[in-house]
Parts: sequence; C-alpha cells; structure tokens
Amino acid sequence: MNAMADALIEIKGLTARYGQVEALHATDLHVRRGELVAVLGPNGAGKSTLLRRVMGLVQGAGSVHFEGTPLPVNDPRGCTKRGIVMVPEGRGIFGPMTVLDNLDLGAYLIGHDRAELKRRLEQVFELFPRLKERQTQQAGSLSGGEQQMLAIGRGLMAAPKLLLLDEPSLGLAPRLADEILTTLGHLNRSGLSVLLVEQKAPMALKLASRAYLMAVGQVVAEVTPDQIGSANDLARYYLAST
Amino acid sequence: MRYLPAALGLVILALSPMFGDYLVTVLGFAAIYAIFVIGLNFFMGYAGQVSFGQNAFAAIGGYTSAILTANYDWGLLPAFAVGVVGAGMAAFVVGYPALRLRGHYLAMATLALGLIVYEIAVEWDSMTQGYMGISGIPPLALGGWEILDPHWQLYFLSAIVVLALFAANRLKKSRFGNALLAISGSESAAQALGVDIAYYKLAAFVIAAIYAAVAGSLMVHFVGFVSPEVFGLNMVIAGFMMLYVGGIGSTLGPILGACIISLLPEIFRGFKDYQDLAFGAALILILIFAPKGVASFGRFFARGRRN
Repeated sequence: MNAMADALIEIKGLTARYGQVEALHATDLHVRRGELVAVLGPNGAGKSTLLRRVMGLVQGAGSVHFEGTPLPVNDPRGCTKRGIVMVPEGRGIFGPMTVLDNLDLGAYLIGHDRAELKRRLEQVFELFPRLKERQTQQAGSLSGGEQQMLAIGRGLMAAPKLLLLDEPSLGLAPRLADEILTTLGHLNRSGLSVLLVEQKAPMALKLASRAYLMAVGQVVAEVTPDQIGSANDLARYYLAST
Repeated sequence: MRYLPAALGLVILALSPMFGDYLVTVLGFAAIYAIFVIGLNFFMGYAGQVSFGQNAFAAIGGYTSAILTANYDWGLLPAFAVGVVGAGMAAFVVGYPALRLRGHYLAMATLALGLIVYEIAVEWDSMTQGYMGISGIPPLALGGWEILDPHWQLYFLSAIVVLALFAANRLKKSRFGNALLAISGSESAAQALGVDIAYYKLAAFVIAAIYAAVAGSLMVHFVGFVSPEVFGLNMVIAGFMMLYVGGIGSTLGPILGACIISLLPEIFRGFKDYQDLAFGAALILILIFAPKGVASFGRFFARGRRN
C-alpha cells in the first residue's frame, strides 16, 4: 500500500525564508491519521520554522496537503479552520487573561455556541484537572508546567485533527515534562494526530511511531524508535547524514 | 479599593458646587479628554497598537459638529451623529491599508494622518475659516435644554464619561476584548488560534476613532469655538501623557490620567515662571514611582492587603 495514501498531512519541498535567509530547505515529511510523529534535532535545525511554515506564519515555497487538498498559503486562520492547531514554543499563552479566557479563545472559531464550548471545556478540565482549579487565575501567574498544560488545553479547545507541538518540555522539570508527554501519549491513543517537535529525543521517541531528524534546516533521516536504542545511535545517524 | 476611584469621582462631583467656574471648566476639559483617552486606551492599551493620529478623528467629529450647527443650523444631535459616523468611516478607509503596518511605521502613518487633517482644517478656508476658526457654536444641550451653567455642563460630561467607560469595559470583558488582548500579547499566537487579527485591529481603530470624534464634538460645543490648534499635535501629546500617567491598559487609567494632567498645571500655577518645570518634574516622579500609571496603585494596595 502507498505509504502516503492515508497521510493526514503531506509536506513536499517545503522551504521557509526569514528575509534573505532560507531557514528551511526543501523538506518532505508526512503524518498519517492517528500517528504521533516526532521531529528531532539540535537548536537551529529548523524544527520550529517547519511548524511555523506549515501554519503559514513564515513565507516560503513548497506544498502542504492536508486531507488530500492543499492548505491555504500564508493563512494561519485558514489552517486552524481546516483542523491544524499549533502550540507554539514558549507556550504563547496570554498572561494578563484568566485561564478560562485563554481556553475560551482556543475555541474562538466555534463562535457563540455555548453548549459546544462547555463540552470542550469539560474535556480539557478532565485531562488537566489543575486548570479547572485555577480557571479564574491569571494565566501569567501559573507555574511553567501549568502554563504548558494551558497551552495544550487551549490548542485542544479548537478540536484539532492535527496538533503541532513545539518543544512542550522546554524549561520544565523532568517530572513535569514526563507528565506532559504522557498526557500527549493519551491524546494520541485516543485518535489525535500529533507532530511533535522536541529536543529531548529519548522522551519523544517513547511516544512516537516515527521520527524525522533535522539538521541545518533540512530533514536528514527518517527513523523508527527501535532504530534508536541509545544517544550514540542518534549521534551516528546525524554523523552519517550530515 | 476597587470602588475608590469611583467614590473619589462622586466626591469631586458632590463638592463641585463649591468650586469656582474656572476649576469646574478645567474638570470639564478633563472629562472630554477622558473620553478621548478611553478610546486611545482601547487601541493602544488593549489591542497593543500605536496611533499618533487620533486627533484627526477628534477634528472630524469636532469640525462636522461645528460646521453643521453654526453654519447650517442643524440640531446638536444630528450634527454630532454625522460627525461620529463620518469619523468612524474615515477610520475604516484609512485603517484598512494603514493597519498592515506595525510598530513605528504604523505610528508614523497615523501621525501623518493627524497632520493631513490639521492641514485640511487650515487650508479649507471656505468651510473651516482656517486659523480664524468657527465661533458661535451652540452650547451643549440635552433635548431642547441648553446647558449653560459650567457645573451642569460638568455633570453632563461626567455622565457621558461614565457611559463611555461602561461601554469600553463591556467590550474589554467580551470575547472581542479577549481577542484584542490576545493580539496585543502575541499576534502570531492569536492568528494560530484563528483570530482574524486584521479585522480586530481595524475594529479597535474604528472604535478609538469614534471615541475621539465624540470627544471632539463635545469639545467644540463646550468651548463654543473651534480652530485647527484645538485638534493639533498638543492634543496627541496630552492624550499620550494622560494615557501613560493614568495607566495604559487599565480600565480607570484614562480618567485618572485626564484629571491629573488637567489639574497639575493649575496646582502649580503658584510657581509662576517655574510652573512648567514643576509640572515636568511631577510627571517624571509619577512615572518613576508608578511606571504602570497611577491606576496601578490600586493593584499595589490590593496586593499589599492580601499579603
């Protein structure tokens, strides 16, 4: 069977530019329905740029097909409408607003359907009970782990088909990072497709069915977790491909 | 603590019969500026954008009211409505292309807008009477009752300030307000949630223009005269001082800022030649000790009490 046939998102020859600088060079990758795919690589490899380019937040060339049809070009709102939601690096929560208002904005596109909003809120609170406890608190006053939960919860409020996650473990204590990634695993097992950008490769490989290794703005290898038994294996792949 | 500013406002109004006409008139100007700054706060404090050109919309509102009432014998209310709607439409037409710009570029574009409208007010002599200005503008009125007493004018203007504040606060606490705060926090994060940032920025710009036009229209009827200087760069500078001294992004900041900036020169009048020096020093001290504006004192005290 063609591996691409059931691809939820298929990226071909994607490039991204910041002014004159090309930060992403002709990148190909795909994510199948229900799959959690990791994008691994060191700082400056182009991982975050890849997600921002998919969302249309950065300009460039190449094509992105979602559910078989092209994504609108440079239209983040259009991407969200199609069911792609990005949880950005640094969480991107709105500090002066309450937890509840942040979550409410996550479901911005459903308009004023209060019943649907309530249903989605309950789902998020079930997943992250701590957000329910702190729903009236200012988002900026949450701990780092809680802010990450809020960022993911806000993304889930949009009921995404594909969640793009940029370094969810960044700046978190190992136990909290584990907790967040375990929750991601649950979400994935319940059917959510995830494209996860992570620097902490061992953590990501525990969850992912496949991983793309990136270096200096391009994908250098596609691996499965069983091919990467140790940090040395990962280093070997990098050295072999760069 | 939350109701302290409102209580203070009520005390000032209750005591105002004891104030002389001059002080009451100064407070009247403060009330008009408060409306102007509530709008500016909407665009700058909530939506996180910059505009140096709100005086343009105050001028459109003010001149429309002045010309229609003084030259064409229109009633106050229809002239006011035409001015406000006209300013809103002008903001829409200008904002649509201009709001593609960001930061300093947007600031420059809006500054240019203010200068253009000022020049039109100067050069369109047949309509605006240039530097000579338009006099004989009818005073503020409610229904058929002309409000001539400065104390009643102050009460009337205070009621409009309360309405303006109420409307801005309702908008701030709505989904619309949350979307503006999101844009102010991070445009790309807001975009990624599906927020139509171009629409919201434009809407905030139009709302701020409507507030400015209301203030401009009230100004000309309050003074009874209008000339280009009324809506010149001084208005922009005063608006910014009021916004930052009161507290940008806070609900009551515009009112506090308008009162402080209007009253401080009067307080320092006794300094004679050194009045401006004392005024400048007071501003610097306020911004050193309350960098987030005077409105942040309330939060400071509330936090202290909790601790």
